Amino acid sequence: MSSLTISKLRKSFGPVEVLKGVDLEARTGEFVALVGPSGCGKSTLLAMIAGLETISSGEIRIDGRLVNSVAPKDRDIAMVFQSYALYPTMTVRQNITFGMESRHVPRAVQDEAVKRVAALLQIEPLLQRKPGQLSGGQRQRVAMGRALVRDPKLFLFDEPLSNLDAKLRVEMRSEIKRLHQRVGKTTIYVTHDQVEAMTLASRIAVMHKGELQQFDVPRMVYDRPANMFVAGFMGSPSMNFLSAEIGDEQGSTLKLANGDDAPLTLGLASPLAGRGASRNIILGVRPEHISLHHPERVADKRAYALASAPVEIVEPTGAETMVGLRLAGREITARFEPHEAPEVGQTVTLALDMSKACLFDAQTERLIN
Amino acid sequence: MVDATLSAPFDAAAARAARKYFIGRVGIYAFLSLFAFIYILPLFVVVANSFRPLPEIIQNGLIGFPHSLTFGAWSQVWNSYCVGGTCEGIRHNFFNSLEMTIPATIISTLLGLMNGYILSKWRFYGSEVIFTCMMFGVFMPGQVSLMPWAFVLGQLGLANSITGLVLIHCVQGLSFTTLFCRNYYVNIPDDLIKAARIDGAGFWRIFYKIILPLSPPILIVTVIWQFTGIWNEYLFGVVFTAGRGQPITASLVGMATGGTNVRVYDVMSAGVLIGAIPPLLIYLFGGRYFVRGLTQGAIK
Repeated sequence: MSSLTISKLRKSFGPVEVLKGVDLEARTGEFVALVGPSGCGKSTLLAMIAGLETISSGEIRIDGRLVNSVAPKDRDIAMVFQSYALYPTMTVRQNITFGMESRHVPRAVQDEAVKRVAALLQIEPLLQRKPGQLSGGQRQRVAMGRALVRDPKLFLFDEPLSNLDAKLRVEMRSEIKRLHQRVGKTTIYVTHDQVEAMTLASRIAVMHKGELQQFDVPRMVYDRPANMFVAGFMGSPSMNFLSAEIGDEQGSTLKLANGDDAPLTLGLASPLAGRGASRNIILGVRPEHISLHHPERVADKRAYALASAPVEIVEPTGAETMVGLRLAGREITARFEPHEAPEVGQTVTLALDMSKACLFDAQTERLIN
Repeated sequence: MVDATLSAPFDAAAARAARKYFIGRVGIYAFLSLFAFIYILPLFVVVANSFRPLPEIIQNGLIGFPHSLTFGAWSQVWNSYCVGGTCEGIRHNFFNSLEMTIPATIISTLLGLMNGYILSKWRFYGSEVIFTCMMFGVFMPGQVSLMPWAFVLGQLGLANSITGLVLIHCVQGLSFTTLFCRNYYVNIPDDLIKAARIDGAGFWRIFYKIILPLSPPILIVTVIWQFTGIWNEYLFGVVFTAGRGQPITASLVGMATGGTNVRVYDVMSAGVLIGAIPPLLIYLFGGRYFVRGLTQGAIK
């Protein structure tokens, strides 16, 4: 049973097409994160689900019901805004009950609902305050309370954490996760922060330029990105991209041109069948899949490709150290344990975990399976 | 550096600077006082003359302290002075002005609130064009519309009536009230409206529950602007009404240009002051909010 189904959804503002045929569905109780850079259409998509933007073509169904031309208030949704959108002249309690009052819910039921939500979010002491007297984190809670009190079919979050400072954002992030686990409502969560998407979502929809790039569980989006955009967007620091050619007829090696020096040859974990030699390939390696070569540590030699590279920059972050190296003339970033990190000026032998590497077609930028 | 003295020695340069600062201050205050005096002088002359007997004014000139106090001019201008053919003072005109200004202020303000709400929060195809067209009214001088109004009032049978003036001031004021409210509401975040729509509130409920409670600053600005503007306006009053039917500004004009050769400075002063009291009171009570409303962005 899916509580949200979107098919072939398009949206144009004048001549500008911001959504180019998006298909998406969220199963009941699922937490779907819409993630992408600014301007990718994710907030427009959310506004269309809420009914705040009109639909150019395609359909949106909530619990099977076509809602294309249904007013926002009749869609049985609740939304948390980036700006919180708390009514500034009302107290916290009035903010929470405003929706129920608009729907003529009896007062006793309202009181009960406020009590439940205030306890859930621990905002009982704030009920009589105005939004102007609350801190950012408290406003965030009240905004969520206003959404939770309604018990809707669908929760919509529009970048709810982006106005909070870094520490509070992490706290609220896990709080939202706990909340979702308790309440179990279908949630659509818009964010530009790939970490938020990874930590919260049961499935991630990566958007770019009005198109859905990949819609899958976080693990797959991270490990097997559908294309180079997704690969580069998810993960920080980004995946290293190295242009290469297939080195032999069997497709078991990659050849990286290296200026005037001899080309670097890397063995692949599994051969690329059915592709002739010298097809252009982009090799994608995440920083954490590059390590220093220890002969005794490499059990399966075939899976690791060895290459020597000079160290150009070292950036310790505390928990781990980012190291910039030059591999076959290209800048790459590797993630090391602090005690293992080499020093600038050294030339080290790297072991690239080719079983974790992603190969992309240089023309289409799509993942080669 | 061990033998640093505690008591500072006489420093000629510092003393010179202090003296220079003092002289500068005296100069600034003298200058400001002079201009304050120039500004307050007309008001003083009018207030003083309203209490001076006419013979004394004629003998000693317009500017002077009252030698003897009399309230005769005030009662004369209120009850019995002859303006525009009747000798009943200006009290009818005063009440005419109230009857004109209060309804016109209320109606034009309410319409402005509604226009501003729609043009900022419920935009529709062409709403910007409508707003631009309405703004022409801000720049259009009143004289331009005299002839059309004469025609309209004639057709409606509202010539020489306070109702006619109320209609004129409502329409003439709409551009301003709409401009004020629309520009104020533009600063209210659209997310509030979206949240309320999802919460199930409609057009009116959003207006009453969310927009109106945020409006007092602009409401006060608009009311003050409209009240003083309509009260002080005399062109339409002079043109479209006569005698007892005129608003007070028009009758004051009549008094100044009236037939007799004798300039009754005492009566005129009292009349002018009576005509100035209501806007003065409005400023006194609302002025604080007026400045705040004009300078304040809507919401933090």
